[in-house]
Amino acid sequence: MSRISHPTPRTVIVGASAAGVSAAEALRTRGYDGDIVLVGAENHEPYDRPPLSKQALHDPVSVGALTLRPPNHLQNLGIDLRRGVAAVHLDSRHRKVLLEDGTDLEFERLIIATGVNAKHLPADNNISGVHTLRTVDDALHLQAALSAASRLVVIGGGFLGTEIAAAAIQRGVEVVLATKAPTLLENALGSEVGQQLTSLHQKQGIRLRTGNDALVQSLRTNGHRVTGVHFASGGTENADLVVVAIGSEPAVDWLRASSLTLSDGVVCAADCSAGDGIYAVGDVARWHNPLFDLSMRIEHRTNAVDQALHVADRILAGDRLPYTTVPYFWSDQYKVKLQAHGYLRDHDEVQILQGSIEEGKVIAIYRKGGRLTGVLGAGAAKAVRQWRAHIESRTTWAQALEVAQSNS
Amino acid sequence: MNFDINVSKCVGAGVCAIAAPEIFDQNEDDGIVVVLNAHPPAEQESKLRDAAVRCPAAVITLSQQ
Repeated sequence: MSRISHPTPRTVIVGASAAGVSAAEALRTRGYDGDIVLVGAENHEPYDRPPLSKQALHDPVSVGALTLRPPNHLQNLGIDLRRGVAAVHLDSRHRKVLLEDGTDLEFERLIIATGVNAKHLPADNNISGVHTLRTVDDALHLQAALSAASRLVVIGGGFLGTEIAAAAIQRGVEVVLATKAPTLLENALGSEVGQQLTSLHQKQGIRLRTGNDALVQSLRTNGHRVTGVHFASGGTENADLVVVAIGSEPAVDWLRASSLTLSDGVVCAADCSAGDGIYAVGDVARWHNPLFDLSMRIEHRTNAVDQALHVADRILAGDRLPYTTVPYFWSDQYKVKLQAHGYLRDHDEVQILQGSIEEGKVIAIYRKGGRLTGVLGAGAAKAVRQWRAHIESRTTWAQALEVAQSNS
Repeated sequence: MNFDINVSKCVGAGVCAIAAPEIFDQNEDDGIVVVLNAHPPAEQESKLRDAAVRCPAAVITLSQQ
């Protein structure tokens, strides 16, 4: 490698959303005096994504209201922001990133923060009325489409699908929500909580298709315009708007010819390094989280920042401390704000300690193996944060049940 | 170092209360930020900075006064 070939040390950060912006800012404000180049494929000032499936679907919002930093903040820090230009290739041997406009960016350090792309149905391109939601442009299009829509079919019953369905029905659009699981959010939160959330959506008037009845066979069209969804089990749902929310995949196509290991994300060591002086952060990064002893890739807003700060600190300190974190996310489901700490997926057991989703106040804890690995709550933010501390201190399930007993 | 908060943007994540428990807390239910000390002493400045940068809704703005 030729790390000293560039006259001034330079860090290139690819991806200018929460993770990339936080990494750039932290490097500079914590003492890095080399060049920092921040490359973003989208043409907007860096903006925040969680509101895209929440407020931004209710009211027309300006991109300016969603920006992550005040105007010129990054430039004032001496960060070279290149907007509207995607990275197309990483040459790890010669330590340079090729951009789509032909620019070669040599680097000493590289931070990969390209996030994820929405998954599409096969052959849903070029059909109008079929949307996915990942970028602010997607949100603006969907927000406008909801104003004109009368019947929406949402395919996918995860967080994105349920938030979109909730926004749509509150705007007076008839909604059919199709999820391959028996209940909404079942994969993320388990069947009991999933059932309660399903009831919540049904009470708001959402019509559900679950399990085999939710498998899409094809889209019905009139010309290039969607008019409905044919399901494999036989039925057809009329729709003048379809949203595909079937998950996402790491944005790693530009890395396929590099020497990095890709496996559902950029595979990193415990310190989030993926190669010599190369790191990945945010939704795109897969690393081993020592706290749970699991390989993880986390698509949460707070992780994007925490992981970016961790990597900035490793670059500045020159060490390889592992990144240990308790993941956190929130989701707005009507008036209910769900908050979860820990790793809830692939759990072995869920115990609802108090309340229910319907009451707007609930606490549930999650077990994997012999340990407490997650907590979900609504209307109990502070209590839930106390459970987070138990997850962080590797509390056993038996101890957790004792804590629950003494709290009740 | 002082700071401003925009409570209307708060999502109740509690990141600030974890990063700077002497300065921030959350209310019991929805977790919206509660300020414990609007004029934190100098030795808490790094915690305050940490809370501001980690907040997932950019609620905390630092000011030099």
